[in-house]
Amino acid sequence: MTSITSAARLMWEALREIFDENAYARFLRSHRLEDSRESYRHYLRESDATRERRPRCC
Amino acid sequence: MKTTRILVWSAIAVLGALSLATIALRRGESINAMWLVTAALCSYALGYRFYSKFVAARVLALDALRATPAERLDNGRDFVPTNKWVVFGHHFAAIAGPGPLVGPVLAAQFGYLPGTIWIIAGAVLGGCVQDFVILLFSVRRDGKSLTEMARDEIGRVGGAVAFLAVMSIIVILLGAVSLIVVNALKGSPWGTFTIAATMPIAVLMGVYLRHLRPGKVLEASALGFVLVLAAIWGGQWVAHSPYAAWFTFSAPVLAIAVIVYGFAASALPVWLLLAPRDYLSTFVKLGTIAILAIGIVALRPTLHMPPLTRFIDGTGPVFAGTIFPFAFITIACGAISGFHSLIASGTTPKLVQRESETRMVGYGAMMAESFVGVMAVIAACVLDPGVYFAVNSPAGIVGATPAQAVGTITAWGFPVTADHMAGLARAVGEDTLFNRTGGAPAFAVGMAQIFSHSLGGQAMMGIWYHFAIMFEALFILTVLDAGTRVGRFMLQDGLGHVWAPLGRTSWYPSIVATSALIVALWGYFLWNGVKDPLGGINTVWPLFGIANQLLATVALCVATTIVIKCGRTKYAWVTLAPLCWLVTVTFSAAYQKIFSANPRVGFLAHAQLLASQAVPPGKAAETARLIFNDRVNAAVAGILVVLVIMVLTESLIEWFRVLSGRKRAHISETPYVRSRYAEGQ
Repeated sequence: MTSITSAARLMWEALREIFDENAYARFLRSHRLEDSRESYRHYLRESDATRERRPRCC
Repeated sequence: MKTTRILVWSAIAVLGALSLATIALRRGESINAMWLVTAALCSYALGYRFYSKFVAARVLALDALRATPAERLDNGRDFVPTNKWVVFGHHFAAIAGPGPLVGPVLAAQFGYLPGTIWIIAGAVLGGCVQDFVILLFSVRRDGKSLTEMARDEIGRVGGAVAFLAVMSIIVILLGAVSLIVVNALKGSPWGTFTIAATMPIAVLMGVYLRHLRPGKVLEASALGFVLVLAAIWGGQWVAHSPYAAWFTFSAPVLAIAVIVYGFAASALPVWLLLAPRDYLSTFVKLGTIAILAIGIVALRPTLHMPPLTRFIDGTGPVFAGTIFPFAFITIACGAISGFHSLIASGTTPKLVQRESETRMVGYGAMMAESFVGVMAVIAACVLDPGVYFAVNSPAGIVGATPAQAVGTITAWGFPVTADHMAGLARAVGEDTLFNRTGGAPAFAVGMAQIFSHSLGGQAMMGIWYHFAIMFEALFILTVLDAGTRVGRFMLQDGLGHVWAPLGRTSWYPSIVATSALIVALWGYFLWNGVKDPLGGINTVWPLFGIANQLLATVALCVATTIVIKCGRTKYAWVTLAPLCWLVTVTFSAAYQKIFSANPRVGFLAHAQLLASQAVPPGKAAETARLIFNDRVNAAVAGILVVLVIMVLTESLIEWFRVLSGRKRAHISETPYVRSRYAEGQ
C-alpha cells in the first residue's frame, strides 16, 4: 500500500512539475508571497521570458 | 541471486529475439501487434540495462558524487534539483510531439517491418544515445545549449552552423506539420469545428488561470480537456446541421487561416494563448499516449499490412523514394531526432539532481518516445492496406474519383472498394476518406478502429476518429505556436547584430516584423504543399526529415568531439557509429531529392519535366511557380547539406589536431565540485 501511495505521490509531483504548479510554489516561497492573483501575475511576468523561448519538440 | 538475474535477462533476450524473428520472418499471414510490442519492450529493456550502462560507465564515466548545476546554481527558478521521475516526465512531455506519430504512419507504405526495426534499433543505438550524451554534456557545462557547446568544443563555424540548422529545421518543421493539419481538416466541418473550439477554450483557460483560480494549472487543464471532449461531441452535431458550411473549407483557405493564426499566436501575450494551449496539449498528449498503449496491449489487434510491400522499390504513392534512405528520413523523430538535443540542452539539464540520473532521463525518455512510434506503426498497420493507401495517396497518383482510386490501388494488389471506403467515411463522420494525405487521418482511422472493437463499438468510430484528429492537431498547433515564437526570438537575436532595435524582444515593430518574416518562411512551405498536385507532403516531409536528421548529425559531431577530447577515443564509436549512419542516410536522401532523375523524387528533374511539357492555356503562371518552387526546395536541401559538411569538416580537423597532438585537448566543462547529496547533507 505504501509503495502504491508513494508511486501515486510521485506521479502527482511529476504532473505538478510538468504543469508548472511546482514552479509557481517555488516562486511564492522564494519571494515570500501568499498565493493571490497579483502573485500569479508577478510569477507569469517573471516566467514568461523563459516559457516563450522554450521549444516544443516535433 | 546472480544466477536468477542471468536467467531473467537471458529469458528477456530470448523472448526479444523470438519476437523480432516473428515480425521479420513471417510472410503471407497476419501477425498480432503484440509481437511488435514485445520486440520493442525486450529491446528497450536490454538496451537500457546493458548498452546505456556501458555508455554511462565507460564512455561518460558518470559520477554521482559530482554536483550538477541544479545543485550548485539552485535559484529556485531555472536551476532546481528535482526528483528523477519528475524530470523524466518533464523531459518526455517536452520531447514527445506529432513527429513519432506521423513519420511511422507515412513509412508504413513500405510495410510494418522496416519502420518497426528502425524505430527500435535506431532509438536504442542512436536516438537514446544522442539524447543521453547531450544531456550529460550540457549538465557538465551548466546547462549550456547545443549551439553554445558547438561553438565552445568545435569552433565558431560549428556554433554558427548549429544556429542556422536550428533555424532551418524550425521553419521546415512548421511548414510540414501545418500541412498535416490542413490536410486533416480540409472538407471536414466536424474536425474544423473541434479545432476551432480549442482556441476559445485555451483563451478561457488563460483567463481562468490568471483571474479565477491563479496557479491551478492541472485543474484548468482538466477543465479544458472536458470542454474539448464537449467540442468533439458538438462537432458531430455541427457536421449534420445547416452550420456545417460555416466550418467546411478547402485546403488553401485553411492554409491561410493557419498562417494568420501562427502570426497571431506569435504576437499575443504568452499567458493568453500559448501557455494554456501548451498545458492543454500536454494533458491530452500524456493521456492519449497512455490510453493508446493500454488499448493496444488490452485489445491486441491484428496487423493487416504485410511486412514488406512492393513500394520498397521507390514507387510508393504516399511519398516517393526507395526504402533506403527514405524510410529512415521519414520516420525521423521516432528513432532519432536532432530536435531532442535542443531540449536535452535546454530546460532538462537545469533540473537534474545527480549526474547518474541523466541515464534514466536522457536514454529512458527517448525509449518511451520510440515506443510511441511503434504504436503509430501499429495504428497504421491494423488498417486494411487498401484502406491505408486510399486514405494516404494523393489524387495526383491514384486518381481524383473514388472509382479511379480503388481501381489503381486494387491493381497494386491491395483490394479496396468504393463502397467500403464510403461506409468507413460514414462511420467516422466524414464525406470522404480518399486522398486525406499527411498521416494524421490514417492514424486517426487506425486508432478509431482499434478502440471501436471494445470501447463503444462501431457507434463510437466517429468520436474516436475526431478525438485522434483533435489530439494530433492540438499537438501540431502547440508546436506551431511555440516554434513560431522561438523562431521569432532567434531571428531577433540574429537581426539585433545588424540593427540593434530589431534585437529588442519587447519592441512592437520588431515583434511584428520578425513574426511576419518567420510566418512567411514556413507559410511558403505550407502554401506550396497545399498547391502541389502530388500531395505536398511528398515534398515537405522528406525535407523536414533531412533537416531534423542533419541537426542530429551536428549534435553527434559535438558529442564525438567531446568524447575524443576527454581522452576516451577508443569509445568514440558509440557516437561515431550513429553519426556515420546519419551522414550516409541524410546525404543520400539530400542527393536524391536534388539530383534524382525520377521527377517524383528529384526536385530538379521535376522542374525539368514541367519545363519540357507543353503548358495548357492559362496554366503558364502556375507551371512557372511550380518550377520555381522545385528549384527553391533543391537549394534548401543543398544549403542544409553544405552547412553540415562545414560542421563535419571543422569537427574532423579538431579530432585530427587533438589525436595527433597538434593541439592540447581542452574541454569547457565546469570545474568539479563534490555533491552535498553524496555527503548526506
